[in-house]
Amino acid sequence: MTAVLEARGLGKRYGRLWALADCTLSIPPGHVAGLVGPNGAGKTTLLHMAVGLLQPTSGTIEVLGGQPAAGPAQLARVGFLAQDAPTYAGLSVADHLRLGAHLNPGWDARLAHDRIEALDLNPGQRAGKLSGGERAQLALTLAVAKRPELLILDEPVASLDPLARREFLQDLMEAVAEQQVSVVLSSHLVADLERVCDYLIVLTTGRVQVAGEVEDLLATHHLLTGPRRDPATLPASQHVISASHTDRQTTLLVRTDAPIHDPAWTVSQVGMEDLVLAYMSQAAGSRGRKPALEAQR
Amino acid sequence: MIEFYLDSRSGVAPYLQLIQQVRQALRLGLLREGDQLPTVKDVVRRLAINPNTVLKAYRELEYEGLAAARAGIGTFVTATLTDASLAAHGPLRRDLRRWLARARRAGLDDDSIEALFLDTFRSAAGEDIA
Amino acid sequence: MIWLTWRQFRAQAWAALAVLAVIAIAFGVTGPHLAYLYDASGIPACHAHGDCATLATNFVNELKGLDAVVWFVSIGVLYLAPGLIGVFWGAPLVTRELEAGTFRLAWNQSVTRTRWIAVKLALVGLAAMAAVGLFSLMIAWWASPIDRATGLAASRNGASSVNRLAPLLFGASGVAPIGYAAFAFALGVTAGIVIRRTVPAMAITLAVFAAVQIVMPNWVRPHLITPAHVTTALNTANISQLSTDNNGQMTVTAAVHIPGAWVLSNQTINAAGQAFTGPATKACLSQTASIRACNASLGRLHLRQLVTYQPASRYWAFQWHETAIFLAVALLLAGFCVWWIRRRLS
Repeated sequence: MTAVLEARGLGKRYGRLWALADCTLSIPPGHVAGLVGPNGAGKTTLLHMAVGLLQPTSGTIEVLGGQPAAGPAQLARVGFLAQDAPTYAGLSVADHLRLGAHLNPGWDARLAHDRIEALDLNPGQRAGKLSGGERAQLALTLAVAKRPELLILDEPVASLDPLARREFLQDLMEAVAEQQVSVVLSSHLVADLERVCDYLIVLTTGRVQVAGEVEDLLATHHLLTGPRRDPATLPASQHVISASHTDRQTTLLVRTDAPIHDPAWTVSQVGMEDLVLAYMSQAAGSRGRKPALEAQR
Repeated sequence: MIEFYLDSRSGVAPYLQLIQQVRQALRLGLLREGDQLPTVKDVVRRLAINPNTVLKAYRELEYEGLAAARAGIGTFVTATLTDASLAAHGPLRRDLRRWLARARRAGLDDDSIEALFLDTFRSAAGEDIA
Repeated sequence: MIWLTWRQFRAQAWAALAVLAVIAIAFGVTGPHLAYLYDASGIPACHAHGDCATLATNFVNELKGLDAVVWFVSIGVLYLAPGLIGVFWGAPLVTRELEAGTFRLAWNQSVTRTRWIAVKLALVGLAAMAAVGLFSLMIAWWASPIDRATGLAASRNGASSVNRLAPLLFGASGVAPIGYAAFAFALGVTAGIVIRRTVPAMAITLAVFAAVQIVMPNWVRPHLITPAHVTTALNTANISQLSTDNNGQMTVTAAVHIPGAWVLSNQTINAAGQAFTGPATKACLSQTASIRACNASLGRLHLRQLVTYQPASRYWAFQWHETAIFLAVALLLAGFCVWWIRRRLS
């Protein structure tokens, strides 16, 4: 199956700074992929290259098997929602739908109309007068109603209040269920992604720290607590992602495929948030290394 | 029709929570044979979770023989759980009562009882991994 | 894409139509009166028996009141229009989208960037040219009596300043404004794309356009067609300037009468064909001698005027040259914009 997003050694440089470096990803179709990382990690850079707003400095990127923004056909297959949901302040909601209808051959007017009605948006209202949540919903309608195969969303809920955030994600998931569209969305908060994502990519300081199916990641990462111990003494099959020590106790987050037999350890599950934080602190602690891990199926 | 909810803090995977809630409803008689489970679209709309989660839960229920999907219409309950476990409930409930009484006589308060129970419950479950 | 361009351009289009409507009404009200004045001045019948030059000069000089106001204002507006188009239609065309981030919405619909910029450039550019062309046409209709009169006017300075080949009027008549509008618009869009911020782009557009409008008539246009030369005897009755200095040198210039022509230079030469710088005649140097004596002494020097000029008949040739140049530059700039948007904006 063609990956929805295939990046090989992808990089983007501004002057002397690499906003994204050595990025290799293969996001499978039929998933909601979450791209998580702190601000400035390179999430927007990666997504902009996926939709053809930026040209890579090195490496290649393919979206749905084609070059980003290569032509009208490719553009029609990908729906994009940029950060802060840009809309034309002077155009009304209905005007935006007309925009979509005129500029997209695959436009589903019925779907767009139904969504606007369900959202209780006034078609005559100018987009500049809508609330942040309403603008985000309008922008999502525009992206969804052209019936793409892939939706790319750049921090779609970052500036929304909790209620608007929940409503947006509800709508997004409904669209995914109805249209079987794959999604790649970015956020700097794990909490936003936990409920909706089944594929996770952690990006910090321009590099991919870990990428894989959420289920696999959660199954292969464990929290080990036990008496104070040097992490280097662990078997090779157990990769230590993060470690913390008190004078008596050691807590480790490890990745391993094999069962853990050592009775000294208390083994517990890891939540997505802790997993992401562990990888982010690992990256912060060892800048310059290249830990681009991928969970294998 | 039941309504699902999600406890994001419970540490239990969402799809397992859905399965548990279906089983619970079956046990309590809220769901009967032939009832339709909420559509994927509806669940996803209410809970803002990934549709694959719901699909996985429903597949698991199908595998256990508790539900069956009818193409284009939805997923329907095909069995009940009341008979199997109800019979065991009586004695188990009595045993629990006795244990609770012993715990109280030993001086444990509510929180200590709960902590002891949950810790023992979890480590018994966790013994599969270690 | 055509719909979107129109929808975004709508307000500006209505503004332009409103201005055109006001001007049209002003013309409609004063035009017939002006035509009447022309007929009444006797110029139509002057060929048979009149001094057309004087009648024409009188007619032009006596334009006053509402007619004069309308004329000056409409000329002024036509001069300003291309610059305004460049600043308000051109500079914000792309920059507004860049600043608001809406280009991220527009460039992910199912139209390529190339089509997006090409349609915007073509539609708004053509609208600019049409609006300005219509405006110029309206002025031409309304001012036709004046144009005919200036073609016949005498050499007095007052008349030659309304000569339509001279720089002052040339840019506000005929088809040249269409070229200016296209150029200013393309310039504005280019500035916006390169600078990416609206207000600086507007300022740069205005500055560059103004500079071009100064450079063109003074340094480029005179050489587009090889000027004509004529040498006439210095007519002492027409002396417009005479000066002497302490070394006994003298310069003198006389006004020249070529109807409707654009005089580029007017040099006094001596019998040998060189520029006349002296020596000054005694009569002109002396403090006590009369003007008539000075004039008479000048007449004995047999000086001549060497006039370099563009004849009135070349008016349309110059118009087409000018328009063609500006349209060509506009097309180049537009092509650059399309190329830049396609390849570079990232």
